Amino acid sequence: MGFFDKLKEKLTKQTDTVTEKFKDGLTKTRQSFAGKVNDLVARYRKVDEDFFEELEEILIQADVGFDTVLELVDELKMEVKKRKIQDSSEVKEVIMEKLVDIYEGESDDLSQLNVQENDLTVILFVGVNGVGKTTTIGKLAYKFKQEGKKVMLAAGDTFRAGAIEQLEVWGDRAGVEVIKQSEGSDPAAVMFDALQAARSRNVDVLLCDTAGRLQNKVNLMKELEKVKRVIEREVPGAPHEVLLVLDATTGQNAMIQAKQFKEATDVTGIVLTKLDGTAKGGIVIAIRKELNIPVKFVGLGEKMDDLQEFNLEQYVYGLFAGLNEEAEG
Amino acid sequence: MAFEGLADRLQSTMQKIRGKGKVTESDVKEMMREVRLALLYADVNLKVVKSFIKKVSERAVGQEVMKSLTPGQQVIKVVKEELTELMGGEQSKIAVASKPPTVIMMVGLQGAGKTTTTGKLANLLRKKYNRKPLLVAADIYRPAAINQLQTLGKQIDMPVFSLGDKVSPVEIATKAIEQAKADHHDYVLIDTAGRLHIDENLMDELKSVKENVKPDEIFLVVDAMTGQDAVNVADSFNEQLGITGVVLTKLDGDTRGGAALSIRAVTNQPIKFIGLGEKMDALETFHPERMASRILGMGDVLTLIEKAQANVDEEKARELEKKMRTSSITLDDFLEQLSQVKNMGPLDELLKMMPGANKMKGLNNLQIDDKQIAHVEAIIKSMTKKEKEDPDIINASRRRRIAKGSGRPVQEVNRLLKQFEEMKKMMKQMTNMQKKGKKKGGFKLPFM
Repeated sequence: MGFFDKLKEKLTKQTDTVTEKFKDGLTKTRQSFAGKVNDLVARYRKVDEDFFEELEEILIQADVGFDTVLELVDELKMEVKKRKIQDSSEVKEVIMEKLVDIYEGESDDLSQLNVQENDLTVILFVGVNGVGKTTTIGKLAYKFKQEGKKVMLAAGDTFRAGAIEQLEVWGDRAGVEVIKQSEGSDPAAVMFDALQAARSRNVDVLLCDTAGRLQNKVNLMKELEKVKRVIEREVPGAPHEVLLVLDATTGQNAMIQAKQFKEATDVTGIVLTKLDGTAKGGIVIAIRKELNIPVKFVGLGEKMDDLQEFNLEQYVYGLFAGLNEEAEG
Repeated sequence: MAFEGLADRLQSTMQKIRGKGKVTESDVKEMMREVRLALLYADVNLKVVKSFIKKVSERAVGQEVMKSLTPGQQVIKVVKEELTELMGGEQSKIAVASKPPTVIMMVGLQGAGKTTTTGKLANLLRKKYNRKPLLVAADIYRPAAINQLQTLGKQIDMPVFSLGDKVSPVEIATKAIEQAKADHHDYVLIDTAGRLHIDENLMDELKSVKENVKPDEIFLVVDAMTGQDAVNVADSFNEQLGITGVVLTKLDGDTRGGAALSIRAVTNQPIKFIGLGEKMDALETFHPERMASRILGMGDVLTLIEKAQANVDEEKARELEKKMRTSSITLDDFLEQLSQVKNMGPLDELLKMMPGANKMKGLNNLQIDDKQIAHVEAIIKSMTKKEKEDPDIINASRRRRIAKGSGRPVQEVNRLLKQFEEMKKMMKQMTNMQKKGKKKGGFKLPFM
């Protein structure tokens, strides 16, 4: 059985609604990977320059990023030569393999969260404005709560109008406590309070919201460093995860975001949001490759349970789905 | 990272061509490949890039470039001209309804910055056009969205119309307009909920709001960092609602903003405003030519010059230049200059506008913190008149006193004095260079 068939089987086998949701989110403008690649294959009987050029274009339009695309296509070309593949239908397996290779590198099981058993786990959320940090926290709080954990939220976005209220609504929905101060107060102080409260109330997971900030604002990035320092000081080993929230609609700037936020807060994972639209967020492949930051979750909607653990195969599958048909245009 | 501007990219291509004496068609093709790359790195949509390249190639091959002695520069010129043209003219005018109030609807994806932009736009309407806008909170979905608009309304002292989140946006919008008429508001800004362009139910909702209130403007708010998908979003919103203009937000980040080009290409609607920060006055007119430079990574000289003109006292500048040339600059002059530069806006913004600044060693990663300038100011202001005129007399005990006076560590005082000394030396070298060189040097800022 070919790689692609195996992938399909794997996807169909996965029982619950998770896969459905993922597919739903990823194929709203549905055209399956099979269809897409078959389309490509049908038009190009032979694996030639034109074939690769079009493949390049599909990937570029998924925001994968030019350098990564070139590298991938180069490797593909070599592989095709090595295996003496001439028929374009055989190449599709190799495409998937290579993409998975590039992303995974040496390690696997990258989406696992570093959660402490029987002790407080602190997760810090960072990112630019409007990517969906607060919403993601709401969803994750619900998820942990469902798992029977005691969850607390820290309203660290003291800057944006309405941010604290927004987190409180999510806290209500998920049924978890929110620690807050007034708008305009020092976010580091909010964190300090929240950490104390989490400790004294035997909380399992503390999710820390922060204000959105563009990565080129020096002062705001320094503020974020301070927030992290406070957490480090109060709870040894914390924050156990620093999650960068990325909007899937973002283009090449996401790489700079990842770089700068990693420098300031040592990001351990990415939450890729708004993947239920038509954007693919392909830049996460380049980010994983260059900065070694894996995707941990994907956001697929505005409902409470619209947050899923990242599944590489499903994601790659989705990369090719629903891409504009007239790629040759 | 391969994010250098088009100018640099073409430079290296040109080096290969140089010495051949003649530019061939294949050379042009190679240059076009660099243009293509530059645009893709800037997130311009692939299809838009393709049709653009086709157009530029035609012009380039059609003699204009090939006959030129400086083909590289010629290519840049052609590219920039075409880009600017494609992006349309400056059109920041807002419609005025024949019978008030004028109704503006703000639409877009989640997190693009609609609510913030609504506040900014209201602020601009009042400040620049002396209008009396009413803000309408029609985002009933996102938790606390209404609250956010109300808070912004309070900040800029502007009324916000809300019926809570249990009433349909259509009803909210309709009632808001009645209210606006009764209270003699001449503008109504409707903040709608963010939604995906493929969410049929929510898009239908916008359509029915549109049908009911008959807006004079529908502004699509788009995040400047948007990638390839910008075309799908813009196309879909435009097709379903018929947008009349675009507001590009978060351009104070370091994105090239190629989405601007994509959106313009698919909707053919003007980009009217750009958002440059979280403050309520950070909304500016869109300048196509500057955006073209930015997309190509070529710096924005025009804005820089404009800012300098608006904020630097010319006479003082000339005086300073003279002092620089004779190296008789004092710390007082330095302070004066500092405050003038500060008036021009955040320093890192200024640096970004300088062509080639991203290439200059040390400058590309330079992060200038405006607070540091405040510190420098505090230190200099803690010196006596004598010290400022003759920094050489500042000994250890004076340094300690200055440090105490300014609330900064002694090391920082030392650093400043050293930098000032070096700057003076550098100026001497520069004036010497200028004397030898042909050009009469212009006014340069010492720490740039």
